[in-house]
Amino acid sequence: MTQSVFIQNPSPLAVQSPSPGGELAHPLPRNSGRALEMDWVDDIRINLSAAERRVASLPGRRTVKKDAQAAWLLKAVTCIDLTTLNGDDTTERVKRLCAKAKAPVRNDLLEKLGFAGRALHTGAVCVYHRFVGAAVEALDGSGIPVAAVSTGFPAGLVPHELKLKEIEASVRDGAQEIDIVITREHVLTCDWRALYAEVRDFRAVSDNAHLKTILATGDLKTLRNVAKASMVCMMAGADFIKTSTGKEGVNATLPVTLAMLRMIRLYQERTGYKIGFKPAGGISTAKDVLNYQFLMKEELGRDWLEPDLFRIGASSLLADIERQLEHHVTGHYSAFNRHPVG
Amino acid sequence: MSVASYFETMEYGPAPEADGEVRAWLARHGATFGHFIAGKFVSPHAGKHLTTSEPATGKTLARIAKGTAADVEAAVNAARTAQVAWAKLGGHGRARHLYALARMLQRHARLFAVLEAIDNGKPIRETRDLDVPLAARHFLYHAGWAQLQDREFADQVPIGVIGQIIPWNFPLLMLAWKIAPALAAGNTVVLKPAEFTSLTALLFAELSAEAGLPPGALNVVTGDGATGAMLVESPGVDKIAFTGSTEVGRQIRQTTAGTSKSLTLELGGKSPFIVFDDADLDGAVEGVVDAIWFNQGQVCCAGSRLLLQEGIAETFRRRLIRRMETLRVGMPLDKAIDMGAVVAPVQLERIKALVETGVKEGAEKYQASGAMPTEGCFYPPTLLWNVHPSSTVATEEIFGPVLVAMTFRTPDEAVMLANNTRYGLAASVWSETIGLALDIAPKLLAGVVWVNATNLFDASVGFGGYRESGFGREGGREGMYEYLKPKAWSGRKARAKASPLPATSGASAGFDVPPIDRTAKLFVGGKQVRPDGNYSRAVLSPKGRRLGEAGEGNRKDIRNAVAAARSAEGWARATAHNRGQILYYLAENLSARGDEFVRRIADMTGVSAAKARMEVDASIERLFSYGAWADKFEGTIHAPPLRGVALAMHEPIGVVGVACPDEAPLLAFISLVAPLVAMGNRVVAVPSERHPLAATDFYQVLETSDVPGGVVNIVTGDGNDLVKVLAEHDDVDALWAFGSQDASMTAERHSIGNLKRTLVDHGLTLDWYDKAASEGPILLRHAVQVKNIWIPYGD
Repeated sequence: MTQSVFIQNPSPLAVQSPSPGGELAHPLPRNSGRALEMDWVDDIRINLSAAERRVASLPGRRTVKKDAQAAWLLKAVTCIDLTTLNGDDTTERVKRLCAKAKAPVRNDLLEKLGFAGRALHTGAVCVYHRFVGAAVEALDGSGIPVAAVSTGFPAGLVPHELKLKEIEASVRDGAQEIDIVITREHVLTCDWRALYAEVRDFRAVSDNAHLKTILATGDLKTLRNVAKASMVCMMAGADFIKTSTGKEGVNATLPVTLAMLRMIRLYQERTGYKIGFKPAGGISTAKDVLNYQFLMKEELGRDWLEPDLFRIGASSLLADIERQLEHHVTGHYSAFNRHPVG
Repeated sequence: MSVASYFETMEYGPAPEADGEVRAWLARHGATFGHFIAGKFVSPHAGKHLTTSEPATGKTLARIAKGTAADVEAAVNAARTAQVAWAKLGGHGRARHLYALARMLQRHARLFAVLEAIDNGKPIRETRDLDVPLAARHFLYHAGWAQLQDREFADQVPIGVIGQIIPWNFPLLMLAWKIAPALAAGNTVVLKPAEFTSLTALLFAELSAEAGLPPGALNVVTGDGATGAMLVESPGVDKIAFTGSTEVGRQIRQTTAGTSKSLTLELGGKSPFIVFDDADLDGAVEGVVDAIWFNQGQVCCAGSRLLLQEGIAETFRRRLIRRMETLRVGMPLDKAIDMGAVVAPVQLERIKALVETGVKEGAEKYQASGAMPTEGCFYPPTLLWNVHPSSTVATEEIFGPVLVAMTFRTPDEAVMLANNTRYGLAASVWSETIGLALDIAPKLLAGVVWVNATNLFDASVGFGGYRESGFGREGGREGMYEYLKPKAWSGRKARAKASPLPATSGASAGFDVPPIDRTAKLFVGGKQVRPDGNYSRAVLSPKGRRLGEAGEGNRKDIRNAVAAARSAEGWARATAHNRGQILYYLAENLSARGDEFVRRIADMTGVSAAKARMEVDASIERLFSYGAWADKFEGTIHAPPLRGVALAMHEPIGVVGVACPDEAPLLAFISLVAPLVAMGNRVVAVPSERHPLAATDFYQVLETSDVPGGVVNIVTGDGNDLVKVLAEHDDVDALWAFGSQDASMTAERHSIGNLKRTLVDHGLTLDWYDKAASEGPILLRHAVQVKNIWIPYGD
């Protein structure tokens, strides 16, 4: 019985199908985007109650204990976009964060977990444009990419030309990932063409930097809006779709995640491209992040547990994971002050 | 595996729930249990035991007592002794006890959950997250009904001693469904758990005694089917409530026929799971997981027939097969699985055989390829594709993790296929179009319909079937009535034996100009028709004067009448306003011809003109009452704990046979026919055998009152013969038999073909002039069946 399923592409446009179903093929073929297919938007149906039931029952269906749990949490560390996005950020603050990104878990703990000598770092460091240069310098040689939030983050209401310029500037400064915000108005007024055009433009100027499109799901309110916006962003060339800026009233939630993951699956079925997912905001405990990981694995598969397809936008999550890892090693409950801050 | 290797593979790894407490409990009892009677464990009378084992390993778990007739009698006696005091305790007193039972379940939740998972084989996730919390919810909810009983069920009294027989698929939850309402209402209970899974019932009994439940209120007798049969036959039991197979349900109906034991049957199903092309397909795929791979598919209301609209069938199949690959089958105590073990080897064999038959008959088989334990009773999630309605697996209940799929073209066809079954327990409808979903739900012949959901249960929402899925409801207000009986019916006396027919005296009036001959015919499909056999029977006055002749209806007349009633289905969809208006109109037209009916009743029965006038007036008023009730005996909206509602709709039962008694020949006829008609049923009425002419006169009233043809059909003749034909007719949905004890017995005994709902009087006379006893909800409740439509919402 085959697992990979391709639905015939209803579009007259030829679809480029880069090594479909290839397992853990790194680097991944990059989503080239495609023409806007309105049918792919219009046929989206998503039932909130059904989605909620799915995510509510999952923690009872899946769990990891002991060594498996430690491994899953270490994997989560490698997927964290260690983030600071505050008005009082300074260069020194960003450098401190970068240092933590390079050494997220105490060495003695790594040794006891059987990870001695392995380079284990976070997925990226995520900052405003102003600090991209400083972060690139601080992370030089570490292999850790710098992600810049962009396009008038978090509200995304600056002029379109300025958004493009901001992306170009960050790319120039060395950002390898650009986290853009979409214009929520396009979604709320169902102007999918405008949304498509906007993201398409962002993608065009990002060059080799990967594009993470922040939907600000808390502003979009319905799962239908979230799912449709996800599909449009992927057609426009997004490499990742991301839930939130962390500044909306409601940030990442499991039902929203489910809606977005299903769109990623559908997009892959239709085009062959694997799109990444990044929940952001509100994931602050080890227990939380495991539930996201279970959902990734169940809905999309093993590949989506790695940092090239899964990122977690979080600032306080790492500290909780560190405590859990120490508990795993020592059998004692740990305390925050026993782990170096970022 | 090390941390590093898990880091590479990202496998889940084992996550076993500890079972130490449960093993310790078993050890405390030496893994051997007696019956629980009058508040303590007692050894079985004959000293015999059965062995119960763990489905996941096949290992012996414990020995349980094998109940004999003596054990059953001891338990029934204990229940009988306790019942008076239990009822006298009053609503508040019983509410305290039920509350304590709910709290007891919550305090020992994990113990119950682990024991249930070990004993039944179902995943700990389900016992921990569903079975046990729902069981506690049932006790808490019914504590509430006990508390409110004096006010909300003031016209009802408890039934007495209830015998309850429950299945192995939800051992503790079914215990709760059964005993919580029974105890709340003031009854006492003898419970017979399933032989495969008796342990949680024994644990419950033990802990309920510790929680202060008085001895005898709850008794548990263990054993196999034979023990259950003894409980059914026990003369000391006032009611049997059974959940299990349709086959055993039939046997129980037959055994209890004519014994005045009331009966609730919750039986099998082959429930449809309908997916329209505008559904949330991924949501529906998850729905399928909850429908058929919940509890290894061993769920009476499992959505086991997948009906897909043609346009999305292929997409859905792919998505479903993909989803099947991520299901994990494993040990029941593993906290990271979706499915555990099937309950016993005999069930496993049955499932295998049925799947084989399905494949032989042309189905394409898909099974999840994930790993399964090699020992024990495990069966993989299975999809049978390309199944046709005529395949064995499309009609037979498999009771395992096996889904059969077929397609439909239009909403009408979906309804037709969904209803193309003997069963009618549950249905699931998936569509994002509110108009479509809410149009389909009422058309499905099932006691529970879930819209964009499946397998939702709550104590506040009645559960139970249509058709051969049984009768009676569990949960909600509707479920409480199953454990109560009307006060107004308590004092009924046996009907006096009918006096022998008088000798016929001459009818000739000599050479006076005779009245014009009037032939009473049968009334079928809105037309006066001659009886098929073309024989007539004389109708005599009490003094033997020949008043006329009535048609001698036979089985073909019943067949024709039932066919006419079946095709008058439009009546069920007529507005309640319209039905009410017609009932008022009947009253108006009966009133216009009142004098004629007065004379007729006086002639036939020998009562005074004044008494006959009383009967006609009461009949007119009764028609008015049901004209009033037609748009007022409404359903309710339940508030289960979810964002949404459950609509408890009152739906007509369908085609109902009615046998009328001899007393009050017009009033009794009207009193039985009018509530049924008011609620949208179509009736085949057999009027009083001795005094049929008031009813046959009445067809002219029907004809002048805009009653659509086929809504009321009248077949005169030999009462008992016609009752038997009606009882055996598999297209009659319910049968009301009022008259002799024989008629009651015949109605119940022969109703088993399609398990029709019966309402019989066991030969006890009703005072048709007493409104409390013979008018309104007391009968309307039997004229409807409650369909609960669950509508979760949100966007």
